Amino acid sequence: MTATLEVCDLKTHFFTRAGVVKAVDGVSFTVGRGKVLGLVGESGSGKSVTGFSIIGLVDPPGRVVGGQILFQGRDLAKISEEEMRQLRGNRIAMIFQDPMMTLNPVLRVDTQMIETVLAHEKVDRESARQRARDALGMVGIPSPEERLKSYPHQFSGGMRQRVAIAIALLHRPELIIADEPTTALDVTIQGQILAEVQKLAANTGTSLIWITHDLSVVAGLADDIAVMYAGRIVEEGQVSNVLDAPLHPYTVGLIGSVPSRNKRGEPLRQIPGMTPSLLNLPAGCAFRSRCARADEVCLKEPALFDLRPGQRARCFHPHLEEVAA
Amino acid sequence: MTVYLLRRLLQSLLVLVAMSVIVFVGVYAVGDPVEILISPDADQFERERAIRALGLDLPLWQQYLVFVKNALQGDLGRSFVFSEPALQLILQKMPATMELAFGAMFISILIGLPLGLYAGLKPESPGAKVIMAGSILGFSLPTFWVGLMLIMVFAVQLGWLPSTGRGETLYGWSFLTANGLSHLLLPAINLALFKISLVIRLTRSGVRETMLMDYVKFARAKGLSPARVTYVHVFKNILIPVVTVVGLELGSTIAFSVVTESVFAWPGMGKLIIDSINVLDRPVIVAYLLIIVLMFIVINLVVDILYSVLDPRVRLEGQA
Repeated sequence: MTATLEVCDLKTHFFTRAGVVKAVDGVSFTVGRGKVLGLVGESGSGKSVTGFSIIGLVDPPGRVVGGQILFQGRDLAKISEEEMRQLRGNRIAMIFQDPMMTLNPVLRVDTQMIETVLAHEKVDRESARQRARDALGMVGIPSPEERLKSYPHQFSGGMRQRVAIAIALLHRPELIIADEPTTALDVTIQGQILAEVQKLAANTGTSLIWITHDLSVVAGLADDIAVMYAGRIVEEGQVSNVLDAPLHPYTVGLIGSVPSRNKRGEPLRQIPGMTPSLLNLPAGCAFRSRCARADEVCLKEPALFDLRPGQRARCFHPHLEEVAA
Repeated sequence: MTVYLLRRLLQSLLVLVAMSVIVFVGVYAVGDPVEILISPDADQFERERAIRALGLDLPLWQQYLVFVKNALQGDLGRSFVFSEPALQLILQKMPATMELAFGAMFISILIGLPLGLYAGLKPESPGAKVIMAGSILGFSLPTFWVGLMLIMVFAVQLGWLPSTGRGETLYGWSFLTANGLSHLLLPAINLALFKISLVIRLTRSGVRETMLMDYVKFARAKGLSPARVTYVHVFKNILIPVVTVVGLELGSTIAFSVVTESVFAWPGMGKLIIDSINVLDRPVIVAYLLIIVLMFIVINLVVDILYSVLDPRVRLEGQA
């Protein structure tokens, strides 16, 4: 059985006046049918750009310059804009970070939902409307029939994100790319949305790419995890392996910075330094300037080494010795 | 909504009262109409009779009270010069100015919106750059000069369009006859030039701003056609600023189209008010300004109501 999505050596670069920004530089991963991949990284690590590259919505001056994006065997990097449009919202859907901004403020919810149905299927308005109503009910919005007539500003943030998820689910896509969909919500709503999405994905066999910087979200939700740093994947593997026994010093630092893991009264642990500018990334390991283990070997670019079964890391000095950090 | 309208009505009345007082006092301070109106070789007796006939013998506050009393009965006074009711004088000239202003507005939207949309969607294209450069010309060239150039090219050299007057009218309107329409075209284009540039720039910046919004990206992520994204999702959002500015511009076009009216000898209100100010014909000045104020009030009200139609987040009841 082929995987739902297979990304091979994806490169998305931004051609700015100051130079070429390699936001995504050789990223590969696979998402199986019904699986959830957590794509983790700091701001600017390229995780969102990876998501937009898959769905073909990288804004200029950005461009996918290399690699393959095989969606059910079809290379999305090669198809025309019109073919891509037919897939978007239909077979591949996306949920955005800020629910306050994703719905058009001057259009009613029913308009925004019905247009999505009609963009991909030739059905009459009434059945499109019924589909929209059912989708709203499915994501837990009470009295969907009346809420269809509302404008986005009449919903709370959590409810708006539910509407966005309902829109993403309208065509029962094979793949949903969720770009930090719970970051802007408060914690109780986060939990509800997570549970909702997990349930829906399991019921419909939809694969998910869950982009986030919050490791605790990934821990409960994802099957696999890929950690991104400076446009590359630095570690990937099954969630339990990576979170329990991280190999890459960056992953170790990331897990160490989760506040609940720190002891009370001690200063919070953090990774020293900042993410490097992607404009002129020096050769070799991009993390070496912030890494305690770095030495002259790291001046060369490390490959993704298979270090344990089902767990790979891009590092010459992985944390192999420790078990359960 | 009703409460809102009532409150607006009350505010408008206050504005009208304040306006009439200011104009009354202002014209009184500028000069004495008697000096201009009565021939210098009239004798003392004729002079006093004329002053009494015009009601100018009373103190200013009494003159104002008389004016208010008459105004409440729909009489805004008689022109000192024409001895005709001021209101009637203005209303006679009103259609000419109205059709000129609305014609100009219509042209500016018809041309400005599509060009602005194009310039906003393809900001890097050569076409967009030409449009933006052209809009700078529209802003900076003086109206009277452009008017004269239009006359020189299209009326004198090419002979396509007439340069003066309103041509044939039907029920007092030029645009209802082919001949009148040809007369209307040049002055309307002249008046529209500045507004076209304004609409272009407004639309372009609105489009560029809206295109970056998440909801536009989300609309594209839903797989909508580019046309639907542009004409529904983007367009409805940029209409709000455009409607505001077009509304305000319409008011000032009606009130201050005097330059164009002079250049094209268009017999509108602008010409009337300038003549009236020259001879200190107070009833006409006061009546004209009251009508203009009233018109601004109505336009602003219409704009506010349009807002609530265009943007569901605007609720009229909530506003003061």
